[in-house]
Amino acid sequence: MSHAAHGPNWSARIAIALVSMLALIVAVALAVTIGEMRISLDTALKALGNGLFDLDFPVSAIQQGVIFDYRLSRALMAGLCGGALAMSGAILQALLRNPLAEPYILGISAGASTGAVAVLIIGISIGGAVLSVSAGAFIGSCAALGVVALLAAGAGGASDRVILAGVATSQLFNAATATIVTTMASAEQARGVMFWLLGNFGSVRWPDIWMAAPVAFIGFGICVLHAKALDAFAFGVDAAASLGIAVTRVKVVLFAATAVMTAVMVSIVGTVGFVGLIIPHAARFLVGSGHARLLPACLVIGAIFMILADILSRVLIPQQILPIGVVTALFGAPVFALILYRARRPA
Amino acid sequence: MTLATREVRWGAGGRMIVDGVTLEAAPGRVLGLIGPNGSGKSSLLRLLCRLRNVASGVVTLNGNDIAGMPRRELARRLAFVEQQATTEIQLSVCDVVRLGRTPHRAALASWNQADEAAVNEALARVGLTERHDQFWHTLSGGERQRVHIARALAQEPSELILDEPTNHLDIQHQLSILSLVRRLGITCIMALHDLNLAAMFCDEIALLHDGRLQAAGAPEEVLTAEAIQRIFGVAVSIHDGASGRRHIEYLIETERRKQP
Repeated sequence: MSHAAHGPNWSARIAIALVSMLALIVAVALAVTIGEMRISLDTALKALGNGLFDLDFPVSAIQQGVIFDYRLSRALMAGLCGGALAMSGAILQALLRNPLAEPYILGISAGASTGAVAVLIIGISIGGAVLSVSAGAFIGSCAALGVVALLAAGAGGASDRVILAGVATSQLFNAATATIVTTMASAEQARGVMFWLLGNFGSVRWPDIWMAAPVAFIGFGICVLHAKALDAFAFGVDAAASLGIAVTRVKVVLFAATAVMTAVMVSIVGTVGFVGLIIPHAARFLVGSGHARLLPACLVIGAIFMILADILSRVLIPQQILPIGVVTALFGAPVFALILYRARRPA
Repeated sequence: MTLATREVRWGAGGRMIVDGVTLEAAPGRVLGLIGPNGSGKSSLLRLLCRLRNVASGVVTLNGNDIAGMPRRELARRLAFVEQQATTEIQLSVCDVVRLGRTPHRAALASWNQADEAAVNEALARVGLTERHDQFWHTLSGGERQRVHIARALAQEPSELILDEPTNHLDIQHQLSILSLVRRLGITCIMALHDLNLAAMFCDEIALLHDGRLQAAGAPEEVLTAEAIQRIFGVAVSIHDGASGRRHIEYLIETERRKQP
């Protein structure tokens, strides 16, 4: 909640927005120039001009392709994915009142990947129309959310049970994915799916961005509209309701928004864990726990974190690309442990 | 006229928890709900602020059925203080009290003078103005309950509902919280455990047992030795205390048996 500003302090807001934009641009610039093929900023800018505005700078076709079609789209996708997952984590943590909640740990990502894999390998069609991978992922993520909710409610509804329910749900959907892959996929498909499941920006192209960007930004808009409602959940559902929040409607809208954001990101880049966990905690540390500030902070910090993580995944081991999920887990697992440890202490 | 219930029923798990309660609060007075554990006090309070929906009967606020009121409008009239509500989120005292402004603010409205004034006044009324920036986790149980009351006051309610506000507090804090509630001057409905505190601080008392209203009225009418024996299963002797209020003395063998 806002500590200092009691009114709209526009100059401060604009300054923060500009700094955030600048940081994002720097991150994208790093992502475009760093890699196996070293590219100067100058060349990168020229390629950008060629790609975006149809200019005619002299850039070699290979460089043009690497910069514009490969690295830039990849960096933008990483940013969108990081931002959307971080926001989803912040929302799940607020609604479920559990600091460990996030799409990956709750099994929502696993559900989305089951749906996506089912569509990819089996090719499910409804009413003659073949289901898209994203739609499959969305159905999967909703199913996982439903299973988590049922399990958690069945276990007594306490907020700590949610994580246990999430573990069970992850296992269930991962098993379903493994069953589909081992029984129905060809060896080549299986290898591709396994690689994609760990998170992979390698296959991202521009059409993916055109799908992910609206989802991330509309999701952001919906979430920010509910910022005050999310604050009111601090003392629980009854407290929120007695503050005038239409609890059921808010929960349905926000769970759906998280499910869509997670599903679309998973269908494009695979399951990337722990971003939704660590970024909201880092953001709270910087801007406090009021959601009007926390959600934009998650969007920006999540985006920057993911772009940097993607750079790391490309340069950490020469000649090889680590799956992005491996890089985020390398950061995320220790942070998860730290939060668990801190949560043990009585408040 | 303020909050009233007519033949209100509510059950859970196949059991009637509130079973046909008809009750009316008097404006500006403190109404105490007493009864043994599981008598339906907390559930009745939750029905009063529509945190649960009645199975039958109606709850009215100024004669209007609350079932038809938008939740936000209800929250500007009725504030609710739960027992022992806490959070793991890092919040300061003023952050918590500010939550009370939620029903008065539109989704994207920024914080304004009226909000700030309401928060400062609420903190002043509970005597926590100096604790404005202190973190929630560093407060004692009594202070936390005061912050919750301040949050409720920031809602600028005409009715305040409290569920055992003194639970788990030491006697000094119990007395100070109840004196605070008494001084507020708005209609208060609160569940209480302690019969003597109920007699001291409530204008009216409603006695619940097995979800049914047993008696309602002034403390001396409701808290009779016969009623306490029948409902709580405890023998008591009631006499006038030093303060002029009635004092309930529990007649129970407290002598330790001598070891042979």
